[in-house]
Amino acid sequence: MGYIAARGGTAAILNAEVLVEHYRLRGDTPPLTLGQVQHQLRHAVGRAMHEGALYAPQLAALAVKQAEGDSIEASFLLRAYRATLPRVMATLPAQGRSMQCARRISAAFRDIPGGQLLGPSTDYQIRLLRAALARECDEDIARIATLVEGFAATHAGPDVGHFPKVVDHLRAHQMVVPVPAAVDDAEPFDITRQALQFPCPRSARLQALAQADTGSLLTYAYSSVRGYGDAHPTLAELRYGHLPVAVAHPVDGSPVWIGELEATECETVSKAHSVRAGDAAPRFHLGYGFTVGQGEVKAISMAILDSVLTQVRSGGLSGESGPAADEEFVLLHSDGIEASGFTAHYKLPHYVTFEADLQVLERAKRHAAANAGGRLGRALAAAFAADALTEGTTADA
Amino acid sequence: MHELHYTYGLIDEDSKREVRRALLKAVALPGHQVPFASRDLPIARGWGTGGLQITLALLAPEDILKVIDQGDDESVNAVNLRRLIAQTTGVALTAVTADATVIQTRHRIPEERLRADQILVLQVPMVDPLRWVEPNLERATVMHGEADYGRMWVYMYESVIRAGDLRIATQYPVIVADRYLMDTTPIPRWDVPKLHQADALFLFGAGREKRIYAVPPHTSVAPLEFEDVPFRVEYTPGQCCARCGCGDSFLTSHAVSGADGATRWVTTCSDTSFCAARQAVS
Repeated sequence: MGYIAARGGTAAILNAEVLVEHYRLRGDTPPLTLGQVQHQLRHAVGRAMHEGALYAPQLAALAVKQAEGDSIEASFLLRAYRATLPRVMATLPAQGRSMQCARRISAAFRDIPGGQLLGPSTDYQIRLLRAALARECDEDIARIATLVEGFAATHAGPDVGHFPKVVDHLRAHQMVVPVPAAVDDAEPFDITRQALQFPCPRSARLQALAQADTGSLLTYAYSSVRGYGDAHPTLAELRYGHLPVAVAHPVDGSPVWIGELEATECETVSKAHSVRAGDAAPRFHLGYGFTVGQGEVKAISMAILDSVLTQVRSGGLSGESGPAADEEFVLLHSDGIEASGFTAHYKLPHYVTFEADLQVLERAKRHAAANAGGRLGRALAAAFAADALTEGTTADA
Repeated sequence: MHELHYTYGLIDEDSKREVRRALLKAVALPGHQVPFASRDLPIARGWGTGGLQITLALLAPEDILKVIDQGDDESVNAVNLRRLIAQTTGVALTAVTADATVIQTRHRIPEERLRADQILVLQVPMVDPLRWVEPNLERATVMHGEADYGRMWVYMYESVIRAGDLRIATQYPVIVADRYLMDTTPIPRWDVPKLHQADALFLFGAGREKRIYAVPPHTSVAPLEFEDVPFRVEYTPGQCCARCGCGDSFLTSHAVSGADGATRWVTTCSDTSFCAARQAVS
């Protein structure tokens, strides 16, 4: 039975698990606490949650620790855990305008109703390595806490953190497409309960984008603004903070608040000529982005892609070209867990398919040898010389 | 933080019910791809999550399960999937094909003819043979709806012209019940005839692509072929298994080192339990 190399494996698999633990711990440092991960690696935790599509900060901290900081692996762990949970009910639509904002900016206007709030942001930070962080101690923590208490004293008040939406202002001045007259009350499409099929409703698209890999969305959005597309977004508003979430009371239907999400919301508007040809009143198109945690690059990328894809569906003049304008291409290739899983599966044995491939190769060789001298063979070789299909037709897994 | 507990068959009951509904529809429409939500499992996408969801949705506590990969019960991925299923269901496990009620497989159909009381669950990577000629799902769905397979026939024709034969090693496309074009998964051509007028039920699950399809028992499964270029299985006359001597099973090659230290290539049955049973008899 000793012929097959990669067989057998129960003992090997169990040993591999032990070795992974060993590699995580062999540096002989104190074990990471989940609190440290949750609070000091907050972007890693946020990314695990929005790509894992499960809002559970403590479990996400556990996933980041278990994955040794690998973002796709951490979100994979959360995604797999999510599939073990029953879906109880859908929440009521959460309104971005009810967010308790820690940060809120607009690139469209300098003066927006409510004003701009820079909040926690590295946007204007000079990115120099701060060697002092290597020696951080309790006094540093206390010093920062004192400084922030000072901010709070100058910004006290019941409405601090609550702002009107910039997009409401744009709507009031007929600058963007209006809210549809008949709002669809139906539950949104849920891609955890139904396969994504095309054409898909916008709720399905937004859900797929919201759980997509940050890097993938960034690449598609960037390609569209850089030259492989015609997206010209303006950031109407980006806000980050805590968003209250409610469900309908099962008996009387009244809203019951069940908690809040730390979340980022982004709205972009696209330039004027991108509206449908022949429309009476040209308006900006809206793009919408949302992540849990403070995932700003992802929220902006998502808003750009939503805008591009909406315009393609509505026959707009903009965004029709480039890979980012192909809804299937974007949505089916941007899920980090699916993409990484399938790419990594080539590590699995392929002995059977490769054996079959070898036999096809032999037949092709015999065919080529048989036709090498003939006029037909030369004509065919010339006809198909430039055709890329001659290899790789047996895409297998 | 408290311990996490998991339900029977791991995924939540509503999701398993949805898989069963998709399976019923798939059996009613042989060869037709039925969409299903496809939950995320603790196994990576592309490593058998579609087959796994079908198996988890099917298994009753009294079932007896066999899992193979490349025809081999001891291949690493088979070992791993079996471990997960056993941990979350506690069903009995076997390597003997005849003893199993449910068999999950990747890339092979067992050599022994399966019975009417057995179900073979195949893991599916690509789902749609039309992907080779039409990668856009929206357009491919319309083509299936209209049984518009002309471009696939052109693809087959070009394959003959270029390579002198139907240049498809695995995932051989077939027409099921005279209606739907279907991907047979990366099984070798050797296994394709086993799908035709079988006694057992074949269920196909694609987790990443979120589709389920089926070939029910006693259904016609016809590989695409031309009158003058017929479908042929892999067969090299004279070649046989170095272990059991079988001359009509699917063989894979392996390098072995002889007593003199020199490496030589031998062929053996890829279906290891079939091979072991033959060795035990002889």
